[in-house]
Amino acid sequence: MTWSFMLSASQIVFERYFEPVFLPVNFSLGGGELLLVTGANGCGKTTLIRVLAGILYPTSGKIDNGFGAMAYVGHYLGIKDDLSVLENLRFMRDFLGTSKRSCKDVIELVGLSRVAEQQARTLSAGQRKRCALARLLVSESRLWLLDEPYSNLDLEGVELVDRMLTHHLESGGACVLATHGAHRPDWKNTHDCHLVSGASI
Amino acid sequence: MSAQVAGGSLSGAFFALLRRDLLLAFRRRTELLFPVIFLLVVISLFPLGIGPSPQLLARIAPGVIWIAALLATVISLDALFRSDFEDGSLEQFVISGHPLTLISLAKIVAHWLVAGLPIVLLSPLLALWMNLPTESLGVMILTLALGTPILSLIGSIGVGLTISLKRGGQLLSLLVFPLYVPILIIATAAVMAASDGLPYTQFLGLLLAGLITSVTLAPFAAAAALKISLS
Repeated sequence: MTWSFMLSASQIVFERYFEPVFLPVNFSLGGGELLLVTGANGCGKTTLIRVLAGILYPTSGKIDNGFGAMAYVGHYLGIKDDLSVLENLRFMRDFLGTSKRSCKDVIELVGLSRVAEQQARTLSAGQRKRCALARLLVSESRLWLLDEPYSNLDLEGVELVDRMLTHHLESGGACVLATHGAHRPDWKNTHDCHLVSGASI
Repeated sequence: MSAQVAGGSLSGAFFALLRRDLLLAFRRRTELLFPVIFLLVVISLFPLGIGPSPQLLARIAPGVIWIAALLATVISLDALFRSDFEDGSLEQFVISGHPLTLISLAKIVAHWLVAGLPIVLLSPLLALWMNLPTESLGVMILTLALGTPILSLIGSIGVGLTISLKRGGQLLSLLVFPLYVPILIIATAAVMAASDGLPYTQFLGLLLAGLITSVTLAPFAAAAALKISLS
């Protein structure tokens, strides 16, 4: 089976205060492939993900996204404290409008059914992360951008992310995952992208 | 194969966001009451400060009510995008692929329903306090109904520009008050004309024109300002 969707980046440079954050980045990513962005703290992993997401504009270089809509989980989770887990997720599903999936099922899948009706302000950091990850499942996006998805999660949560990721990649999706390297997801089509801080030259 | 864009309908996204913002406002209803109470306090201070002469109060009523409405709106403006900016919701909106203009418009509409509409609904009471002649009460309500949405719309541009600053709220008031001046002048002129038995429809026409212009242009400007603030 061939996948005609592609995300390709050529010579991406992002400058902050006229200094490149990282050395030029090149990659191309097809369906069923995982791009693992690694590097030391402060080398621009989050910046690269935000550039790919279209929140930041690259100073130079070209990004070609054939996947269409993206789903992104970053450091700011985009969860409303005054809404319950269920209300948060239901809003995201209706807002994106791409999925008819039952929010209750998704919440059960990420292991939050016990707190589904609780306001998000009462959740722990790990539970909040799971709530944000649940958004990936109601987005139906083919391209996931995950920035440190394993942070704050317990072992079971890490397994949950791996399971979600495997399922997503097996069904032809692609993922860009930034991690500082404590845990590596195990997937056969993994490309490595080791970022080097722009300040090192 | 062509790229697939966000599949969801725009009206679905608009109403989902509007519903969420109203629900959030309801959950934080104490915050919601602040601007309204502020408005009532400011207006009740005037008779105390300048003396309860009915003629004098009637003369300054349009200006006082409108200035209090401006102040109350500016107080509530900062909340328009602040929490969405700080908790990452705004990033999610950008990535969703829905136009940011539409998102801004939904948030502005929610803001007006929560902050502007109460002023319009309270205006008969305010007019009574300030001894506004009853024949100009209808015009007063009309100017507020046409004018407060303009305040929310113009304000949204200022909020978009100052949202990434830590103390954006203070700069915001300096930024938007000059833009509010024409609305203040036109609206109070309409009410005063009505009190004096002069024709006032031209002023209402101007306000309506301002409303139409700002509805069509402000969401685009606010969206552009938000994009700058995000990067």
